[in-house]
Amino acid sequence: MAVISGISEWVIALLVLLGAVLSFLSAIGLVRLPDIYLRSHAATKGATLGVLCILSGAFLYLMLFLDILSVKLLLGIVFVFITSPVAGHLNGRAAYRSGVPLWEKSVQDDLRRDLNKEISKE
Amino acid sequence: MFETLMIIALCLLVVAIMCNLYRIVKGPSSADRVQALDSVGINIIAGIAVFSVFLHTHAFFDLILLIGILSFIGTAAFAKFLERGVVIERKR
Repeated sequence: MAVISGISEWVIALLVLLGAVLSFLSAIGLVRLPDIYLRSHAATKGATLGVLCILSGAFLYLMLFLDILSVKLLLGIVFVFITSPVAGHLNGRAAYRSGVPLWEKSVQDDLRRDLNKEISKE
Repeated sequence: MFETLMIIALCLLVVAIMCNLYRIVKGPSSADRVQALDSVGINIIAGIAVFSVFLHTHAFFDLILLIGILSFIGTAAFAKFLERGVVIERKR
């Protein structure tokens, strides 16, 4: 039994550290990338996966060491997993429609072409 | 050992929030700032989870759900404001 609790302790510590490192890397991406769309790509994906890893680690810790099955935490995991990419999408769409320019080295802009086609059809 | 690893994870999250604050201060457009604030909310959720593991308690898990919902609603409202100029539109 002591071996199993030791192993699960290591698994929980690994999950929490992995999540923290992912959040840190996504923040580095948020600082270093050149453009709002690239920054939103880094921030949304990295921070979401990081917080999912950390919340799963906390859920396992509560289940194995305190004997609490926290449905609230499961609900939080599902909610963050659904809403965080949606928030990133809304923000990127608002940035494009309010005219934030792309990075000057980006080579293709299909959305601009489709928007122009839509406008000329009306 | 376990407590030390939790403290290391908390320090990484604090450094991540500092990087997000740099982007909030410097960001050239408003969308950058909104994105960085959303990221700060997500990182605070992660910090609360790590801290409640560190304190061996389950009293803070309402807070995780609450901050998640508030961060999403705030980001959605700001995105709508940036796109249309109003948050709640009138019926015509």
